[in-house]
Amino acid sequence: MKGGKAVDNKRSKRRGWFSVTRRRDLKGLLFMLPWTLGFGLFFASPLYQSVIFSLNKITITARGRRMAYVGLQNYYDIFQKDIYFVERLRAFFTNTLLSLPVILVFSLLIAMLINQKIRGKGLFRAIFFLPIIVVSGPMLNMLIQEGATTIPLIEQYGIYDALLNLPYFLQEPINYLFSQLIMVLWYSGVPILIFLAGLQKIDTSLNEAALIDGASSWVVFWKITLPSLRNMVLINAIYTMVFLATSEINEVIALIRSNMLAPDRGYGIASAMAWSYSLGIALAIVLIYLLIGREKKPELHKIAVYRKKGGARHAR
Amino acid sequence: MRDEMTNRPVSREEKLNRFAWKARRIFLGNRRQSGLLFQAFVYAMLISLGFVYLYPLLYMVVTSVKSLPDLLDVSVNWVPTALSGDNFKQAYEVLNFWDALWDTIQISVLPAICQTIACALTGYAFARYRFPFRKLAFALVLVTFILPPYVLMVPKYTMFSDYKLLGKLGTLVLPAGLGQGMNSAIFILIFAQFFRQTPLSLDEAARVDGAGESRIFVEIAIPLSIPAIVVSFLFSLVWYWNETYFLSLYLGSSAMGKADAMASLLVQLSRFEQSYLGYMQSLSQSWSAAHLSETVANEAIRMAATLIAIVPLLLVYLVLQKQFVQSIDRTGITGE
Repeated sequence: MKGGKAVDNKRSKRRGWFSVTRRRDLKGLLFMLPWTLGFGLFFASPLYQSVIFSLNKITITARGRRMAYVGLQNYYDIFQKDIYFVERLRAFFTNTLLSLPVILVFSLLIAMLINQKIRGKGLFRAIFFLPIIVVSGPMLNMLIQEGATTIPLIEQYGIYDALLNLPYFLQEPINYLFSQLIMVLWYSGVPILIFLAGLQKIDTSLNEAALIDGASSWVVFWKITLPSLRNMVLINAIYTMVFLATSEINEVIALIRSNMLAPDRGYGIASAMAWSYSLGIALAIVLIYLLIGREKKPELHKIAVYRKKGGARHAR
Repeated sequence: MRDEMTNRPVSREEKLNRFAWKARRIFLGNRRQSGLLFQAFVYAMLISLGFVYLYPLLYMVVTSVKSLPDLLDVSVNWVPTALSGDNFKQAYEVLNFWDALWDTIQISVLPAICQTIACALTGYAFARYRFPFRKLAFALVLVTFILPPYVLMVPKYTMFSDYKLLGKLGTLVLPAGLGQGMNSAIFILIFAQFFRQTPLSLDEAARVDGAGESRIFVEIAIPLSIPAIVVSFLFSLVWYWNETYFLSLYLGSSAMGKADAMASLLVQLSRFEQSYLGYMQSLSQSWSAAHLSETVANEAIRMAATLIAIVPLLLVYLVLQKQFVQSIDRTGITGE
């Protein structure tokens, strides 16, 4: 394939702008047409408008929308005057900070468990992927109302008493975590799927080589499994972050919507809120990326050396 | 007793020793096979985690068949004294099941089909052509995934209301058909990844034989990409099925002030309380005023409604379980 590409490049150089391959590539733009249209219509232009909205005070009159430019007033209002917004934003981010690692750890654990040679693999898989299918806003709301998302045992084990010893800013999110443990676990459906696919791609000869070299499975996990899954961890972290941010039982979103339809607040305030919220999430994703990041070159090199050594000994 | 290999007598001590080794191997395992202890640990973990996963569903099923006396009786916990189908009958009527199901199917199947087509086209373009601004477009696809859709909610709402689209299926189908539906970016990435793995030689052969680009796409790329299409369609279907937020905003009666707006099963579930109130009032008019007092749905009815609302997808999942689970693998989402 690579050879073919090189030839293509040469040919296009020789024949200039209107070579066969060049024309073919321009035809590729036709395939991009629907997306480009959609991007303009349903992404770029609403995006631009929402910036404008957030800088205006919008009132709806009989003759349509009336916009009055107010600058950053909307942003000032939601952060200084609104009693709910900042509080809910803070609650969302602290809860996310706690549940994100829990989701990642649990999904990796479950993926590794299902990946073992066990009986009833299909059944367990079916159980753990079930949440992908059934989780939805109204359904979760119903279950939360019933208190069915919390395990009764947890309440009996005096965890709440232990919580009282913690500093206040930790109490609330940890309490949330325990009271909604099942929900947090239910969010790990897709991450399990992705981790499982990643685990199955790991070269088993690497593991075997390490084991023959005398590494314990604990060491194998930290030195081989986890580094190989680094990209999956990143994908899952970002996916889960986006998922939590757009989950329908998210209170920030409920607030944005109620403001949007409220006559005294209107589109301007709602847009400003949506923007502040999104910037916060974008920041969180950038942080995740920096934290987990991409594979570092030296480590890859080390693994290769490890494999070579193990392989050589194995052959002998 | 004599040793099997050397045929010399085995001392008692040695026998014990061998027994210990054997026990050790069985319980702790060796390199090739994990031991019983480890296996027991794995099963214990899986079963307890599985129980935690299923707990809300079990609770839902059990509660939904409870009769009123059982609900009030504290001693009745997991095993109801009698099965009551009455909850289901009421929930079924309040949810307006068949109409809601038909709406749900329209609301989820049509956008899923459109989204799959649009994403296949876009993914194919990314995988096979090097057009100008390709890298930029790819980055923009990622941006559309990361930016929460709530930023666009207000302008989209006003746009749809300007074009008189509110309350119509177009609010879902149009963005989906133009690659801006729910999580479209994920499917574009899946298709791009998938088409990158299919062999180029087939395309070239077809090209030599005189096939045009669109013909190559329809007759070669599409048949090869069935796994990716299955994933894209199934997940789109599930995600559209479970989505209620934008649905009730763009299609709901709150958007139009009309009663006959479309409402999926889950949208019906989200406003179950109001519907139940209306249902009870309509009953009390025809019966007696005594029923008016009971205007709050008890938890058995609510759980029954929730169960009814998720059963259709649950059935789909049971039938297509293999496709859901294996599909991700075959599309190579997680590939380098």
